[in-house]
Amino acid sequence: MAKDRRHPNRLGIWGWVGGGSWGPDRYLYTLHRITGLGLLAYFLVHVVVTSSRALGEAAWEASMARVSGPLFVLGEYLVFVAFAFHVINGVRLFFAELGWGIGKPIEPIYPYRNCLDDQRPWALGALLLIAVLVVVGALDFFVWH
Amino acid sequence: MSNGNLPEQIVFRIRRFAPGRDKEPVWKEYPIAYEVGMTVLDGLWKVKETIDPTLAWRASCRMGVCGSCGMLINGKAGLGCNTQIAELGTAVVTVAPLANFPIVRDLVPDLRPLFDAHTALSPYIIRADTAEQEEPTREYYQSAEQMEAYLQFSYCIKCACCMAACPTCATDPVYSGPVALAQAHRYNTDTRDDGFEVRKEVLADEVGPWRCHFAGECSRVCPKGVDPAKAIQLMKRQLVADALGLRKKPPLAQPVEKPEGIERRPGIPEAPPPTV
Ligand code: SF4
Ligand code: SF4
Ligand code: FES
Repeated sequence: MAKDRRHPNRLGIWGWVGGGSWGPDRYLYTLHRITGLGLLAYFLVHVVVTSSRALGEAAWEASMARVSGPLFVLGEYLVFVAFAFHVINGVRLFFAELGWGIGKPIEPIYPYRNCLDDQRPWALGALLLIAVLVVVGALDFFVWH
Repeated sequence: MSNGNLPEQIVFRIRRFAPGRDKEPVWKEYPIAYEVGMTVLDGLWKVKETIDPTLAWRASCRMGVCGSCGMLINGKAGLGCNTQIAELGTAVVTVAPLANFPIVRDLVPDLRPLFDAHTALSPYIIRADTAEQEEPTREYYQSAEQMEAYLQFSYCIKCACCMAACPTCATDPVYSGPVALAQAHRYNTDTRDDGFEVRKEVLADEVGPWRCHFAGECSRVCPKGVDPAKAIQLMKRQLVADALGLRKKPPLAQPVEKPEGIERRPGIPEAPPPTV
């Protein structure tokens, strides 16, 4: 077969950061994926750490001691932030991806409107709710405790 | 002559790639004289005619109709022919080939992945009454609302700008992408069409709309206002409803009977015989 002399030119993971356009919804998409992967990683570590309970009380105490300290509190807070974002944005996406809050097909007359304009109040509402949770969570993790 | 805010001389910074010669694309700069009303496509012609005749790109209609001249202009996907340099407002205009497609040469992307995905989703009317389709005797009736359900999506010119901006297309070569999916939805919602079951087979697979997570960049860059992100989310609703047995299938449009007892007004000719 002849050698393929074309340049592949696929953006790869950089395409999540930007490329071709830099709308805010791209970053919600990217954060949704990153928080999803982060939560999955946390879940795996969580299973490993808590499974030490099956090895007896001493093993449990030792693994608990290993995951304490200010750095781990910060880590847990970041898990909480990721969780707040992923759940609330996920609920928004659930409805949007089922065709709610994105408007009906319209006659494209310049300047064009698109479904992101219809979705904007929902996205802003979700972000506001996430911001409230992030602030309340910070108070709970670092001030009230 | 005044050039608005632009200097008399502007620079085209173009990402060049010659197969066989270059391993990686390289940026090259070309100073050209700016003229009022100049589009990015005009600028490319100027570079080709006055500086480097080897520069390659694809274009045909130069009026935003054929979909040939999609490129990244100052990083954003758009049509060279309907982007005014004055509208960009920069004295340096960067031009690169559309991302997420292999580069054939310079600004020419290989759009075959788009056309293959499009073809796989049967982007045409499918009906059982093929005889009527092949030898039409009447028109199919469709109300204004029925037409509005798909009309917006039918304006697509297959320029691929949306696929260059889509973050899913950036990492996933299997995903069909916004063009093919929006067109599948365009036909699925056309009341003259009965091909939902055929397309559903393809859409259920990993090429389908489930990898789209509504980043919406496709709709943001579309130069024709097609709003493919909307089509894809509406398609997901249709597919989920179908899986749950809740999809309301509208009655298939039928050929309208020729009205009886109506006299043609004098001077109005008969419609010509069908050509297809
Ligand atoms: S949906 Fe818009 S951007 Fe995508 S190919 Fe069609 S016209 Fe071009
Ligand atoms: S809405 Fe879907 S198809 Fe459009 S850019 Fe986003 S992920 Fe891609
Ligand atoms: S040359 Fe036809 S769309 Fe630009």
